[in-house]
Amino acid sequence: MATVVLPDNFSALTNGERELSTKAQTYRELVAELILRWPQLEDLLDKTAVAIDGQIYQEAFLEEIGADSEVFFMARIEGG
Amino acid sequence: MAEAVEYKQIGTRPIRPDGVDKVTGRAQFGADMVLPNMIHGQVLRSPHAHAIIKSIDLSAALVMDGVYAAICGADFEPFVDSDLSRNIMARDKALYHGHAVAAVAATSLTIATAALEAITVEYEVLAPILDVVEAMDKNSPLVNDNNYTKLPEKPEKPSNIANIGKLERGNVEQGFERADIIVEREYIVPMAHQGYIEPHACTANIDETGRGSVWCCTQGHFDFRTATAKLLGKDLADLKFIASEIGGGFGGKTVVYLEPLAVMLSEKAGRPVRMKMTREEVFRATGPTSGTVTRVKVGLQNDGTITAAQTWSAFEAGAFEGAPHMPGIMSIYAPYEIENFVVEAFDVLVNKPKVAAYRAPGAPQTMHAFECALDEAAIALDMDPLDLRLVNAADEGTQAPYGPKFPPIGFKACIEAAKNHPNYKMPVPDGAGRGVSAGFWFNVGMQSSAEVNVNENGTVMVIEGSPDIGGSRASMALMAAETLGIEYENVRTQVGDTESTGFCNVTGGSRTTFATGMAVVQACEDVIGECKKRAAMTWAVDEDQVEWKDGSAVPGPGVNADVKPLSLAELARKAGKTGGPIQGRASVNAQGAGASFSINFADLRVDRDTGKVEVLNYTAIQDAGKAIHPAYVEGQMQGGAAQGIGWALNEEYVYDKNGVMENAGFLDYRIPVASDLPMIDTHIVEVPNPSHPYGVRGVGETPIVAPLAVCSNAVSRCLGQRLTNLPLSPPNILEAID
Repeated sequence: MATVVLPDNFSALTNGERELSTKAQTYRELVAELILRWPQLEDLLDKTAVAIDGQIYQEAFLEEIGADSEVFFMARIEGG
Repeated sequence: MAEAVEYKQIGTRPIRPDGVDKVTGRAQFGADMVLPNMIHGQVLRSPHAHAIIKSIDLSAALVMDGVYAAICGADFEPFVDSDLSRNIMARDKALYHGHAVAAVAATSLTIATAALEAITVEYEVLAPILDVVEAMDKNSPLVNDNNYTKLPEKPEKPSNIANIGKLERGNVEQGFERADIIVEREYIVPMAHQGYIEPHACTANIDETGRGSVWCCTQGHFDFRTATAKLLGKDLADLKFIASEIGGGFGGKTVVYLEPLAVMLSEKAGRPVRMKMTREEVFRATGPTSGTVTRVKVGLQNDGTITAAQTWSAFEAGAFEGAPHMPGIMSIYAPYEIENFVVEAFDVLVNKPKVAAYRAPGAPQTMHAFECALDEAAIALDMDPLDLRLVNAADEGTQAPYGPKFPPIGFKACIEAAKNHPNYKMPVPDGAGRGVSAGFWFNVGMQSSAEVNVNENGTVMVIEGSPDIGGSRASMALMAAETLGIEYENVRTQVGDTESTGFCNVTGGSRTTFATGMAVVQACEDVIGECKKRAAMTWAVDEDQVEWKDGSAVPGPGVNADVKPLSLAELARKAGKTGGPIQGRASVNAQGAGASFSINFADLRVDRDTGKVEVLNYTAIQDAGKAIHPAYVEGQMQGGAAQGIGWALNEEYVYDKNGVMENAGFLDYRIPVASDLPMIDTHIVEVPNPSHPYGVRGVGETPIVAPLAVCSNAVSRCLGQRLTNLPLSPPNILEAID
C-alpha cells in the first residue's frame, strides 16, 4: 500500500488525520478516494502540488502510484 | 536518466545573440513602441497610504482639449472583482501610498499630467497600518474590513492575518532537551524592491470591436493576456500580447499593472495608448518583496548535529494577501536533515504596495534567519561553518522538510567545492570577517511550447514563448543544436507572440531553461523523426532502418552500404519532394524540476568610524545540474549575489509615519553599483537533474538566497557582535555598535 501524507492545512478538514495508506494506482484514483472520504478537500486538492516518490508535480493527473510509493501533498511553488 | 557526458554545443559560451542590439540601443524595450496617432496614458495615484475614497470626479479632465479618455475604479466594476483588479485600480479605499485611483489618456504627457490635476478625489484619511507585528494584534485597525484569516472554519472577526502556514516533524521539545547549545534570536529583513532597470511600460492598440494588440515588457505575455482579458471581461483570443525586450524582471514583471489600464483607455479613446511608469511609480506602486520578522530557535549537539529547530515568521503582504510565506517555510530547513522541527509563518496585510515575486520568493528572508543562527552556533561550538553544514547536509534520499525525499542533489558537492576553493583556503584579511551561508530553491517546470522550423538551407528557427530575460534564446539554440547535431550558428531563436506560438507560462521560478528547453528538445526530436522519415522515403527503406547522427540521417544496419548520409541541409533542400517543409513541435507540462543548492562565502570589513561595509571578496558556488551556457549561469550567480548583497547592506523601504515611502528613487534606495562590489567569483557544480534530457536544474532563483546571511555573518564576525537586522547600512551599524 502506498503511503499518503497530507499537509498541515488539510488537518482541520480531515479530523487531524495526516497520514493514510492507499491502493490507488494513479493520482486520479487517489484524489477520487480522498474526496469520497473528505468531500471538502476538493478545492484544496485542486490548488495543491503533489510529490510522488520524490518527483514534484505542480499539476498531477494520471501519474502512477506504486504499491510502495510515498505521496506528499504540498503547497505549489512558483517563483520569480 | 541524464548522465555526465561530453557535449559538442552544450557547455560552450557563444556570444549572446541580443547583446549587440542591447549595447547599441537598437533593442526595442517596453517604452520604445511608437504607433501612428498614439496618445499617452498617465495614472493618478493616492497621496494617502490608507483612505476611504468618498468620490471621484473625472468630468473636468474629460472636457480638456487633448484628453481622449479618463477612467477610475467604477469603470472596472462590471468585470471581475478581485484583489488584482483592486490593486491596479482602487475602488472604495486607497490601500497604500501610490495606489492607482484614476487614469487618463491624452495627446501629450503634459496634457495628461494636467488632466490628472483636474480630477477631484475626496478622501477620508485613515491611520496607516505599517508594522507587521502590530498588524497581527487582534486589536489592530484593519487594512481590509473583509479580510478573514483563511482557516477551515471562518473566524468570527476579520483580521490583518490573511493566511497561516505551518510545517512540523518529530518532537521539538525532546529535540531541544538533547541539545548541548541553543541559539535563539529575532531577525528582521526589510521590504526590498526587485530593482529592475527598465520601468514598467506598455502600448495598447485596441480597435472599435474591442480587439487589438498590447506590446509590453513582461516575464510572461501569455499570462498577461489571460489576466488582462479576465480583468476587463474580454475574450483572450481578442487580445494579442507581444513581449518586448525586457530590462530585468526578477519576478516583479509577472503581474499586470498598466496593461489593463492601457487597453481600457485605448478602447475608450479609439487610439493607441502608451503608458510608462517613472522610477518613483515603480517603487511606490509595484511589487516589492515582503519585509519579515523571523524568530528562530535552534538546538545543536557538540558535534554540530542539529537536534531541533523552531521558527516563527511574519511576512508583510502589502495591501492584499499573497506574501511568499509558504515557500519561505518550505525553504528554511531544506539544506539540512533535521529530525525535529516546526516552522510557522503568517501572511499579513499592511498599508504598503502588494508584494510580488522576487527571486526565490520567501527563501532569502527565512533562510537569512536560520543561516545566521547556524553561524552563531558554529562560533559557539568552535566549528568551521562549512563543517557544521556538512554534518547536517541533505543528500539524495533525505526527506525534505516539505515532504518528499530528495532525488540526486548537489548540496554536499557545493560544500566540498567551497572547502577546496582557494578563496576559502585563503586567510581572512586583517580586520575582516568571513560569512558563510547555504542557499536553496525548489525550481519549477510548468507549461511550455516550442516549434522548430527547418529553413530550406538547413538552418533552423526555434520559436518559443518564454520572454528572454537571462539569455534563454542562446540556451534554447544550444540545446536545439546539440539535439539536432548541427552548429549553434545555424540556429536562431525567436520569442513568439501569443498568436504565433503555443502557450508558455511566465519566465520565472528558474523554469525556462528547464521546461521550455525540454519543449525545444522534444520539438527537435520531432524534427529528427521527420527527417528520418524523409530519408527512408529517399532510400526506399523502412524508417527504423534510418539513424540520426551528427546532424545527418545515416543508414542503419541492413541498408545498402553505398547509401550516403543525408544532412539536415540536404533533407531540407529536397523537402518539397518528400512532403513539404520540415517542422517539429512540442508542448509540455514539465515535471521533475530539480532543486538547486548553493554555498556562498565572502570576506567583509566594517569601517567602525563610518559604519560603511566593504565587500573584499565574494564567492558563489551553485549546483546548476548542467550549465547549458556557463557564462549565463555565472551571470545569474553574480547577479543574484549582487542583489542579495544590496538587500543585506543598503536596500530598504523607508516609510514616514503617514506611510509615505521616503526613498522612492535610486539615489536614496541604494542598490549596489559596480564600484561597490568586487568581482563575484563563481564555481558551477554539476550534479545532473535526471528528469531533464541534459540534466538542467534551473539557476535563476537560488543565487539571491545566501548573500543576506553571508553578509550578516561576515559583519557579525568582523565586529565580534551579532547583528540581526538588515540592512547593514552605515547608520544601522553605527547605532548597533554604539
